[in-house]
Order: sequence, then structure tokens, then C-alpha cells
Amino acid sequence: MTGSLESRVLALLTEVAPDVDAALVLPDVDFREQFDFDSMDVYNFAVAIHRALGIDVPERDYRELSSLSRCVAYLERARIARTSSSST
Amino acid sequence: MTESPASPVAVLRKDALPRTPNMPDYGAARRRFDWRDARAALEGFVGGGLNIAAEALDRHVAAGHGGRLAVRFVDRQWRRHDLSYEALWHGANRCARILSSLGLGRGDRVFSLLGRCPELHMVTLGALKAGLTFCPLFTAFGPEPLHTRLSLGRARVLVTTKALYTRKVAPLRAGLPHLEHVLLVSAAPAGLPEGTLDFSALWAAADTSFETVRTAAEEAALLHFTSGTTGQPKGVLHVHEAVVAQHASARLALDLQAGDRYWCTADPGWVTGLIYGVLAPLLCGVSSVVDCEEFEPERWYRLLDEERVTVWYTAPTAVRMLMKAGTDLAHARHYPELRFLASVGEPLNPEAVVWGMEAFGLPFHDNWWQTETGTIMIANYAATDIKPGSMGLPLPGIDAAIVRRLPDGGVELIADADTPGELALRAGWPSMFRAYLDQEARYRACFAGDWYLSGDLARRDADGYYWFVGRGDDVIKSAGHLISPFEVESALLAHPAVAQAGVIGVPDPIAREVVKAFVELKPGHAGDEALRRELLAHARRRLGAAVAPREIAFVASLPRTRSGKIMRRVLRARELGLPEGDLSTLEGKA
Repeated sequence: MTGSLESRVLALLTEVAPDVDAALVLPDVDFREQFDFDSMDVYNFAVAIHRALGIDVPERDYRELSSLSRCVAYLERARIARTSSSST
Repeated sequence: MTESPASPVAVLRKDALPRTPNMPDYGAARRRFDWRDARAALEGFVGGGLNIAAEALDRHVAAGHGGRLAVRFVDRQWRRHDLSYEALWHGANRCARILSSLGLGRGDRVFSLLGRCPELHMVTLGALKAGLTFCPLFTAFGPEPLHTRLSLGRARVLVTTKALYTRKVAPLRAGLPHLEHVLLVSAAPAGLPEGTLDFSALWAAADTSFETVRTAAEEAALLHFTSGTTGQPKGVLHVHEAVVAQHASARLALDLQAGDRYWCTADPGWVTGLIYGVLAPLLCGVSSVVDCEEFEPERWYRLLDEERVTVWYTAPTAVRMLMKAGTDLAHARHYPELRFLASVGEPLNPEAVVWGMEAFGLPFHDNWWQTETGTIMIANYAATDIKPGSMGLPLPGIDAAIVRRLPDGGVELIADADTPGELALRAGWPSMFRAYLDQEARYRACFAGDWYLSGDLARRDADGYYWFVGRGDDVIKSAGHLISPFEVESALLAHPAVAQAGVIGVPDPIAREVVKAFVELKPGHAGDEALRRELLAHARRRLGAAVAPREIAFVASLPRTRSGKIMRRVLRARELGLPEGDLSTLEGKA
């Protein structure tokens, strides 16, 4: 499950920043330390996540989008929260 | 043409002020103001001469204020790194020694490619102390804009980090024959790339004393690059005398006062970050806070709260992002000492001015200036009423006007209220630029008679408030940065599939404008999704995220004049669904 979410996140990341080689992204290092990724990119990344995964990332949570592993963990949590709230 | 203010509040009156401002009566200050008095408020050298760094540091240390906090850096883990005036003075002195020991002389140019870090402050002030010209570069620039600027500016020294050097400068080093020395901050000595020096080791070994070079007031001090519509970026040159306006404007327009804790959020790679982020607070002898991290709403509110910020200077894009994040987030923190909010970069929309009241109980004060003007020229002040959406009133000592250019090269003043024209300033204020590097004709073209012509369109209302209407040229304003369509088009044209490119700014609710490219392909190439991504990647690699287009559209043919020039005006009109205007010179229409 995590594997597929990670690859979807990478696809969205490279949609916003096509200059990034998905195969070279280090999971635990901040995007900003690996390549150019400015605040407009973060904003567009959040918009892309919402469109593709249906998960709304509020501005206050943008820091959760700062690295691949952090981002995947955050989206996992958001998915679980959504599933449990919709099943009750 | 005129942007309708459509403000939720027509005028924000200033009845009760949190503290008596430096300028309690704008009208009286304007009448009395004399630049000679502003100059006399500074030290200068016996027998004449001025040096920005001497006013920013030496003067305060000599007066016994060396122990005062100059800058507090807050890193990602919220570790605080404090520099007192004396520590920064010592640090700058070491930098001045290093630069002098490299054989640099008066007027030689030192560039930095650094984020927000203590070394940036030390190198800036050290270069000025040593009588060198300092030029900061923006770290989000890609290799191409960096190469252009280092080359046009004939940089002899670059101070940067190992990561930035390896990624962005090393591949182009061979094409930079003037660049003799590259100094890397906190690089492990073992891992020094070829042709670089270890800044941190040199710094640690350098003596902490240095006698500031007695520069003349008219000697070059700062170089900033700004984007034009056509051709290469322009190197805007400022002299040490600019310090008079840097100091005066920070007192009048930002109301910096003794004991303030000031935060300017601008990146030091841009003119605001250097003038009002690094220099102005030191000139006023106040303490500033620097966030080493990028924008993040909760972090920013925490910083305003925990660092007890009193004066905050930020940008419209950030304000709009904070608004989107919700006012409740602002209310989760307390700002009892916050007194004055200011904004610059592009016009602040009226809703954002008023949102300041909702979030902080204080309005944002918009102001206007350009790289060329060197300092704030038109502003909303602590003691003047605010008309939300207006850039405010001219600074004391500055004469502004709305003018119309005449065919003979002169201008005529537009006296009527609310009539759009070009915003002009009477030439001769201390921080006025003195040259576009190596482009004398382009510099002269900015002036008509006594007036500097800003290239911005504006109107003045019956109360004397100025309102931004638009750019007079095709330069794109995105997230507070000026972007040259020419620079973006040139990068796209370097791709083998691209025949022609036209680049414009399209409206965006957050960044005001984002860069959009219209691309005409060479025969044999299909404008599909794969190529669109390839072009975006190509542009981002060359230009960096801040400059590259966010959108690319393929078109069969771009609108051109009969002489072959791409008509960006027509692209813009089509994009916005506006009338295309006079197309008489358009190819195929005549």
C-alpha cells in the first residue's frame, strides 16, 4: 500500500517539478535540499495531491510535504482518518 | 485601465496609535524635510566620505552599543544563533580582511549566493568595509540566470555553499574568466571542490580588526540585477550615499525605533532583503530576527509571538497565503508587542490590508519602490490614514508625479486627479541608482528632464494618494519578483523542439502573476504532454523554480509584428479575453 502511495506521490511531485528525477529522490532528505522547490511549488503540489488523491492539505500542514517519507506518512494518516470517519 | 479599489473599507483612520511614531505629522515632516539633515543624522568620515558599513556597525560599536543584539537567526530546529553588534562587527572585519588579502581593490565586485545565514550579513558588510562593491544573488536562480549575472557583473569573488556551487556554478565556471575566487561556507576541507577556498577556515584564522575604507559618498557600493523586457538583465548600481535614504526611509516608512525587534521576511538575494533585511535595521540600531527557513504559516506566527516582533515587513504573496491558512491560526498566538506591519513587492489588495486588522488588530502598510530607486519612495505611514489598495504618499524628500511621455522625449505632468500615467520621481535623491552597468544609453532613457521614469503606471487621487495601475512594459511580477519574459523565452529557445516562444504573466490569486509560455514548435515535433513536461523540466533546470514558467501552452503560430517581433500584448489580451487593441502592425492583418 505504502509502495503504491509513494509512487503516486512521486508522480505528482514530478508533475509539479518535471526537472526532478523520481528515481533519485532521497526519501528522508528535504526536497529543498535536493532540488529547487519553492513555496509556489509546494502550493501546486498540495493542489495536485488534492486533485489526484482527494486529500485536502491545509496550508498549516504544508511542512508535512517537505520530504518524500514525511509526505507519504502524512497522506497515510489522512487516508486512515478519512476511512475511519466515513465508516462510523 | 484603472484598477478599481473595490475595498471593503474606503479609509482606515489612524486615531489611536500604539506608540508615538517617528513621524507623527506627515504634512509637517514633508514641509520641513531636507536631505542635508538626514545626512547629518549619520556619522560620515571627517573631511567627507561615507561608508554604509561604517554607519551600520562601526558607529554603534564606537558609541558603546556593541553588546546590543544585532541579529537573531532562528533555524529549523528553532535553535537561536545571536550576533551582537560587536560580534557582527568582528565578523565583518574578518571578511574585509579575507577579501583584501585576495588582492581585491576598490570597486571590485564580490557576489554572494547564500540563503539567510550569518555569513551573508558578514560578507555584505565586510565587502562594503573593504571598499568593494557587493552583489547578492538569489539561491532559487538556476545556472543560466546565475551565469548571466556573474558574467555581466564581472564577479571576481563568489561566496556560496558547497551544495549550491556544485549544483549551479561549477558546471559554468569555465565560462566565467573574471571569477578568480570561490569561497565556500562551512565546507568540510576534505571535500573542497577544485578551484574553491574554505571560507570558514579563512574566517576563523582572520584578525577581527579592520579599518573601514574611507569611501567617497559617490563610490559604488551595491549592485542588484533587475529584469528588463528585452535584452540582458540590468545591473543597477548604487553608491554609499544611498545610506542616507536607507536610514531615513526605515525611520519614516517602517517607523523603526530604538528597542524594536524587527523582522523582514524578504530573501537577501533580492533588493528588499538586502536593504531592509540586512542594512536598514543595523543603520537604525535595532535588533532583527531572521528566519533561516522558508515560509510556513504556523512557524511564522510562532516567530512573531515568541521573538516578540514589533515591526514586521513582508510581502503580499505571503500575506495572501496566511489569509488562506485561516485567521484562527493567527489567533492561536499572541502579539502584544507587534506595532507596525508593512508590505512590499506588488500592490497589496485591499482585503489583505484589512485582514491585518482581523488577524493582528493592525493594518498592513503597503509601500512602493524599485531596485532603481534604492529605497522606499511611496508609502503608507504609521500616522497617516490608509486607503486600502493604495501605495500611499511620497516619502518626505521625494517628489512624485504622474506624467505622460511626449514624442520629443520629454514629459508633461498630468495634474488631474485619477488620470493614469507613468509614475515619475524628481531625480536626485540619495539612493537613486547611478548607472545600469555598462549600459549608459539604457540608463539615460530612464530620465526625461528632471524626472526619473519608473515604467510603472499609476494614478494619484484628489488626496494625493498613489494607486498602482500596471506595468508599462512586459516585465512579469510574480510573487514579488520581477521576471524578464526575454530571459525565459531565451531559455526555451535553447530547446531543440522550440521554434518560437512568447512569455507573459497570467493572473494568479496567490502570486499575483505566474509565468506562462506560449510555444511554437519546429516541424516534426508534436505538442503533447510528454513534450510539455520536458520543456518545463528544461526551463526549470536552466532558470530555477522561481523564474521558470509554471504553465506551457502549444500554439500553431505566435502573433508577430511585421518585423517579426512577438506581440506579448496580444498573447495577454487573448489569455484574458480582452480586446486585442491596435493590431495594425500585426503580421497578416495589414
